[in-house]
Amino acid sequence: MEQTALDNLVLDNREDGIFRVHRSVFTEPQIMALEQRRVFEQCWLYAGHASEIPQPGDFRSRRVAGRPLILVRGSDGVVRVLFNTCTHRGAQVCRESCGNAKTFQCFYHAWTFNNQGELIGVPGEDAYSAAFDRQELGLASPPRVELYRDFIFISFNPTVESLVDYLAGARQYLDLVCDQSEAGMEIVTGTQAYSMRANWKLLVENSMDGYHARTTHQRYFEFLIETGIDPSRMRGRRGGMGKALGNGHAVIQSEPIWGRPIARWTPMFGEAKKAELEALEQKIIERFGVEWAYQMTQTSRNLLIFPNLIINDIMAITVRTFFPVAPDYIEINAWALAPKDESPDNRTLRLDNFLTFLGPGGFATPDDVEALESCQQGFANREVEWSDMSRGMKRAQPCVDDELQMRVFWRQWHALMRHSQPAAVPLPHTIAV
Amino acid sequence: MGATSLVQDVTRAAIEDFLYEEAALLDEWRLQEWLDLLTEDATYEVPSTDTPDGDARTTLFIIADNIERIRSRVRQLLGKSAWAENPPLRTRRLISNVRIREREGDTIRVTANFVVYRMRFELVDTYVGRYEYTLVWRDGALKIRHRRAILDLEALRPHGKVSIIL
Repeated sequence: MEQTALDNLVLDNREDGIFRVHRSVFTEPQIMALEQRRVFEQCWLYAGHASEIPQPGDFRSRRVAGRPLILVRGSDGVVRVLFNTCTHRGAQVCRESCGNAKTFQCFYHAWTFNNQGELIGVPGEDAYSAAFDRQELGLASPPRVELYRDFIFISFNPTVESLVDYLAGARQYLDLVCDQSEAGMEIVTGTQAYSMRANWKLLVENSMDGYHARTTHQRYFEFLIETGIDPSRMRGRRGGMGKALGNGHAVIQSEPIWGRPIARWTPMFGEAKKAELEALEQKIIERFGVEWAYQMTQTSRNLLIFPNLIINDIMAITVRTFFPVAPDYIEINAWALAPKDESPDNRTLRLDNFLTFLGPGGFATPDDVEALESCQQGFANREVEWSDMSRGMKRAQPCVDDELQMRVFWRQWHALMRHSQPAAVPLPHTIAV
Repeated sequence: MGATSLVQDVTRAAIEDFLYEEAALLDEWRLQEWLDLLTEDATYEVPSTDTPDGDARTTLFIIADNIERIRSRVRQLLGKSAWAENPPLRTRRLISNVRIREREGDTIRVTANFVVYRMRFELVDTYVGRYEYTLVWRDGALKIRHRRAILDLEALRPHGKVSIIL
C-alpha cells in the first residue's frame, strides 16, 4: 500500500477532539496482509498459560497467528513453545489437542523428537552424509518466548524488547489479576472456542467498550435485577476510568453492579457466602493495603495487552485471544482464569457467575457477536468511510464509557502499520485525548 | 398406577413423540410452553466443545443453567433486547437415534442425536451433536429434569454463539 494511503487511515485531531478510523481497515485484504507483518509479527503474542501444562511431558497444540504450535513442558520441567512441523519434510509431529508425551513422532517418516524438541530418532540414519547434523534439526521455536507470571508469550520478532518492558503499564494491572491468590492462578479446564464474522479489531474495541453496555447488554442488566440487585446501584458508581498503559495497552476500570468471586458479594451468591467473601476481602486488605485491595476486589477491569490479548476481570476472569482468518472472520479462544487454591464451591460459584455474562452461550457475549457482525455488514456501504471514536477526547479524566482506550489501541496500530515509532505521549496524561 | 411402573412401561415411540413435540415447541418459538415440559429443578447444559463429558461445577461450559436461569433465558429470548435472536430467525431440528439407556425408579435416561439448523440473514449454521436427557414422570406426564446438548463440533465455528435453546 502507498504510504499516503496508510497515513490517512486514522484521523487523530487532538486539537479539536476528533478521532476517526477509516473503515477500509476492517475490510481490505491488503490491510490484513500488512497487519500480519507489521503487527502480529512484531509484537509479543499470548500463546497460553503455564498452568495448562502443569506436569513434565504435558503438551497442548494451539494455533497462534496462524502457526500450529506445541506448548510443552519438557521432562526437564521447562515450558517451551515449538513449531509443530517436522524439520524433515513438514508434517505436524503432534496431532493431538493435548496430552502427556515423552516424544513426538512424525507419522510421515517416523522422525522422533523428545519433549524438549531435540531430534532423537531418524530411521535409516546411515543413509545420510557426515554433514547431516541431528542437533540442527530439532523442532524449532519462535524467535522469542518469555513468561510473565505464567502467561506464555511468543514473538516472531527477534529484536523485540523484553516482555516485561513491552508490558509497560499493563504489568501492574496484570499483577492485580495474578495477585488474587498467593497460590497462583490457573486456567480452568474447558475452552470457549468460537468465532465471529467480523474484523478482529472490532473485538478489541468491543472488549473494552463501556459505552455499549447499557444498550447492547440491556437484557443482562434486566437479568441482574431479577437476581435481586438494586437497580439504583447502576447509577453514580465511583472509581470509573479509562487509562493508557503504554505500547498500545489500555484498561478501563470501575466499580461494577455485579458480584465478584474476589470478593464482592451479590444476592445471587446467597447469604451463606457473605461472611466468607468479607473474610477473603479482609485477607487481601492485609496483604496489599486498603487501596490496592479495593481495586483488586471491588473494581472490575477490562485490560487489553496489545494487540489481541484481553483479560477481563469482571464477574469472573476471562482470558481471550483471537486472530483474523479473513478481514471479516476471526477465531476466538476464551478461558476462565481462577485462583489455584479456590474452594470447590467457590470455583463453582465463579464459573456460574462467568456464564451469566461471558461466552457464546452467556447473556451478553452473543449480543456482542451480533453487534460486531452487524458493523461488518454495515461496512459494505463503502461510501460511509469513517468510524468515530472521539468520545471523551477533551475530558481531563476519561470515563469508563469514553473511547480513550480504543484511541490508544488505534494509535499504536497505526504507528506500526505506518512503520513509524508511536508519537511520544507522556504517561500519565494531563489531558486525556 | 404409580410413576415407577409408568416409567417401566414407557416405550421408545412415546419418548420419540415427546422429543419431537419438544423440538416443535422450540422451532416454533413457543418457549413458554416449552418451560412447562421442565421440572421445578431442571437443568440445561451445553459443555465446551473440548470437554464434552465435563462437570459444570469444575469445568468451563458454554451454558450451565439451573431452572431460574432457564426461565430468565426464555424471558430474554421472548423480550426485545436479546439482539442475537431479534429480529426472530428460523431453526429446524432433526432428532434421531433415540435410545432409552436406563430406567430407575421414576426416572428414565434417554439419549438422542440432533442436527439443529439456524437460519438468519441468509446464513445457515448447523449444530450437530447428541442429547442426554433425564426424564421423570410428574403429574401424569413426562417432564425434563436434565437436558444436556453435547456438541460434536470441535469449535463453535463459524457459528460463534449458542443463543438459541439448543
